[in-house]
Amino acid sequence: MSVAPVEVERPQVVEDTDRPWITLVWNDPVNLMSYVTYVFIEYFHYDRAKAELLMLDVHEKGRAVVSNGTRDEMERDVSAMHGYGLWATMQKDS
Amino acid sequence: MAEVHDLPGDAPGVEISLEEVEVALLLSLSAQMADFVAPAPMDSEDPLVAMVGIDPTAQMSDDPALQRLLPDAYADDADASADFRRFTERDLRESKVRNALAVAEQLSGNPSSVIVAGEAVGPWLGFLNDTRLTLGTRLELTEDNHDELADLPESDPRAGLFQVYDWLTFLQESIVQRLLS
Repeated sequence: MSVAPVEVERPQVVEDTDRPWITLVWNDPVNLMSYVTYVFIEYFHYDRAKAELLMLDVHEKGRAVVSNGTRDEMERDVSAMHGYGLWATMQKDS
Repeated sequence: MAEVHDLPGDAPGVEISLEEVEVALLLSLSAQMADFVAPAPMDSEDPLVAMVGIDPTAQMSDDPALQRLLPDAYADDADASADFRRFTERDLRESKVRNALAVAEQLSGNPSSVIVAGEAVGPWLGFLNDTRLTLGTRLELTEDNHDELADLPESDPRAGLFQVYDWLTFLQESIVQRLLS
């Protein structure tokens, strides 16, 4: 029987530290600017100024990164946005 | 014509006064929306599958309105989107049905006004938004053709649809503006 210490290969948990996933909200012709702002305040608890800035990005640039975090966190955020009726997707931050 | 008012004091929420024909329209729309987004009956015998709500049959609809209401979660990964849909679409559909039914319940008995506050806010805004998304998709609304749709002759079948869309937009905008102020 070997008495050498067992070398355990530990999986490297990078997702939590690097926060490499993002949630995007996309522009569409139906959603109201006021409603998009309201959702960002209500769900993300952003202040009015930040929510409006993100809303304007969605409206003028076609999309905005509204949150970042682990893959699980972004799946929660995307689900919530779909619940509100906003068009949201997630992807690895590049 | 519907009017949206602040609640007395600084209470968060609004009161919407509605005409009888408007209540009837909202009741009809909420019934249609609940029917439209309802998930297919679960035919699995597996109680675990039924309990956690995984739907192995869930896939992107051919209907553009359902595509907009239940979009893919991953912009660049079809497999991940399909997995995500199997795990979450049933819940999402059920939450949209609950919103529509909650609005219908508040409107039963044809009240001349409803209070949209507290737990009623989410269902109202969700239902109004989902219905506008559906009508907007049916009307092929874009950033540029709003005026064109607004000027359609009454003989055009889209004219009535657009009037409903425009009225729902007014309702949603009025509610949100008051909630934000």
